[in-house]
Amino acid sequence: MEYFNIVFDEVYKILFLLVPVLVSVAMIVWLDRRIWAFVQKRQGPNVVGPFGLFQSLADALKYIFKEMIIPSSSNKVIFILAPIVTMTLALIAWAVIPFSATQVLADINVGILYLFAVSSLGVYGIIMGGWASNSKYPFLGAIRSAAQMVSYEVSIGVIIINVLLCVGSLNLNDIVIAQENIWFVIPLFPMFVIFFISALAETNRPPFDLPEAEAELVAGYQTEYSGMMYAMFWLGEYANILLMCAMGAILFLGGWLSPIELYPFTLIPGAIWLILKILLLFFLFALVKAIVPRYRYDQLMRLGWKVFLPFSLIWVVLTASYLFYFNLLPVK
Amino acid sequence: MSISRFFKTIFMVDFLGGLFMAIKEFFKPKKTINYPFEKGKISPRFRGEHALRRYPNGEERCIACKLCEAVCPAQAITIESAQREDGSRKTTRYDIDMMKCIYCGLCEESCPVDAIVQGPNFEFSTETREELYYTKEKLLDNGDRWENVLDANIKADNIHR
Repeated sequence: MEYFNIVFDEVYKILFLLVPVLVSVAMIVWLDRRIWAFVQKRQGPNVVGPFGLFQSLADALKYIFKEMIIPSSSNKVIFILAPIVTMTLALIAWAVIPFSATQVLADINVGILYLFAVSSLGVYGIIMGGWASNSKYPFLGAIRSAAQMVSYEVSIGVIIINVLLCVGSLNLNDIVIAQENIWFVIPLFPMFVIFFISALAETNRPPFDLPEAEAELVAGYQTEYSGMMYAMFWLGEYANILLMCAMGAILFLGGWLSPIELYPFTLIPGAIWLILKILLLFFLFALVKAIVPRYRYDQLMRLGWKVFLPFSLIWVVLTASYLFYFNLLPVK
Repeated sequence: MSISRFFKTIFMVDFLGGLFMAIKEFFKPKKTINYPFEKGKISPRFRGEHALRRYPNGEERCIACKLCEAVCPAQAITIESAQREDGSRKTTRYDIDMMKCIYCGLCEESCPVDAIVQGPNFEFSTETREELYYTKEKLLDNGDRWENVLDANIKADNIHR
């Protein structure tokens, strides 16, 4: 009986995290389309529900009732597994995101490594989907996507090292608390910019949406998918975007800390501040989608390997020397 | 790469300019309309759904001269005529195949008595093909329904002819 109580307690906590995440993913899709439309002076989805808020729910219902087509030449097990892997990986990463000093599902002390590892695994879903479709466009899309995600992960890793040098801990709560005096976005501003751009590449957002470049690859790795499986890819993609925004908010924008340590602001719970910061970053994500053209493949690789990687490595050396010289290294 | 271009690239000048322009455009009034609830302005010359008009006393305008049938490039119009008891020539059949029609407006141009006109209505989609074979009754009914608008449109457009 005691055992059941523990399991029930954990399931309750997980649901309390996952349901809001899934709902906000649906809302974020609506927000994305709406911002995109507003920049182009269109209205965007505004018919279903107030301001079109239920558009994503209507879309989800549509996907659920659609037929799932599994190509006869595909590897069926992996074909079905791919969207499940994508979505699961996008969702389990939320376990370590701290919403306040105490509100975190798993307060593990290698939180940032876990986050990094899970977001890197995301590429498997895409590769599996592209390979198992047994069709040329999905395969090309998957190859591109794999190369792109691996390249930009390297620079994201180095950027994380920059932050960790200033924190001295891999725990996400410690990273947030280390920013009490000054958010890392100010001393590490160039790293924030590179992180933002790498996050765009990592989540296959424009201008780095080569894996699904519709002009040349139909829809990339999703070409053969339909119905609920397509919707799961789609959910996973947006959950990943939200996760990258959360990562940016925690690493650079002070996570759940309030921007001003004054009386009326400190009353607002940390979760609200984190959500506001995530929304701010997502707003930038959506704006960028509206204004930039797609990169060419060699430009994408050049930017990742020949610009971002050396630059962030140099910045690691600079940060380390600065901290060492002024005896600011956070030794515990 | 020149030095100014180098600095422009690393400080992302063009990108930031684009970003600020996007934010500026974000708050500008929208150019699109909520279509089924609002509709765009239509010119009096708009060539939409066809209609056969009547004189104010209720008499059909069409004199079965078959000019429209002859001029129709898509051969969508079929007319059969007969003499009525009072000696006037009237149509017994006036069919338009709305799926053949290319909405060029030549029937309207050729009509000597302004009988066949194309009105402002463009929302006449149907669920079956059969509903789009317009008969004389349907066209006359259209004329009666839209007469006010058709009359106003012809008057408004008249100064340009």
